[in-house]
Amino acid sequence: MPAAPEAPPAPKPVLAPARPLSPHLQIYRPQLTSVLSITHRATGVALAVGTLLLAWWLIAAATGPEAYAEVQAVLASWIGRLLLIGWTIALFYHLCNGIRHLFWDAGYGFELRTTYVSGWLVILATLVLTAVTWWWGLK
Amino acid sequence: MSQEGRSPSSLRSDLARVRGLGSAKSGVGHWWAQRVTALALIPLTVWFVAQIVHLAGAPHAAVVDWVASPVPAILLILLVVAAFHHAQLGLQVVIEDYVHGDGAKLFWLLLIKAAAIVLGLAIVFAVFRMYSWGS
Repeated sequence: MPAAPEAPPAPKPVLAPARPLSPHLQIYRPQLTSVLSITHRATGVALAVGTLLLAWWLIAAATGPEAYAEVQAVLASWIGRLLLIGWTIALFYHLCNGIRHLFWDAGYGFELRTTYVSGWLVILATLVLTAVTWWWGLK
Repeated sequence: MSQEGRSPSSLRSDLARVRGLGSAKSGVGHWWAQRVTALALIPLTVWFVAQIVHLAGAPHAAVVDWVASPVPAILLILLVVAAFHHAQLGLQVVIEDYVHGDGAKLFWLLLIKAAAIVLGLAIVFAVFRMYSWGS
């Protein structure tokens, strides 16, 4: 008869977990990398909401001139303008930072210095593209 | 290591024990779809913004004329399909991260999926309608 298998070791008492834990947000100092990361998600959600405006605009245009004029009036108001500027920033940010993510997915740009340089480049590109778009659009 | 916590009499392999458990259900397909739609959206978004800037403040007839030509109509439909698919995939991850409880999670996942399909189809239909006015 074979010997009884050895009993598994008793689990260690759980007092303080030895494994690394996620940072506690209230005491964790934000860094450029983490702020850009959550901003990518936030702008993604904002753009998803913005598709409602795209739907409204195109469906109104397909309904007729009156419905289209209503959308245009809302978009020309100060709140409409503010929302459009916000969505322009969100779009260019998500586009530029999304390209940064695609480079990471391909295996490039993981060095600490590179992530900071690319992060600042994303911010710069977002501001420049937003400014150029509105300068060109209002011209 | 792989033997830990495993009954010595079990003949099941490690793979059989973990398959279907945890987060690795259809993650690879989701991951790829998110990247492929992202890639497609780079040129489509740049094109769209340029067109919108060009159409800023344009009268209704100008917008209809724009949608009524084949290239803008096709690119608009591609943009809408890619954007709504991409948005649905992204919102799905957000919901999976922040909404706890199976019922609430399922409710939001289905709502987002349904909204993406309905809105996407509505826009495609709007494009077809304006296209038919032009011809």
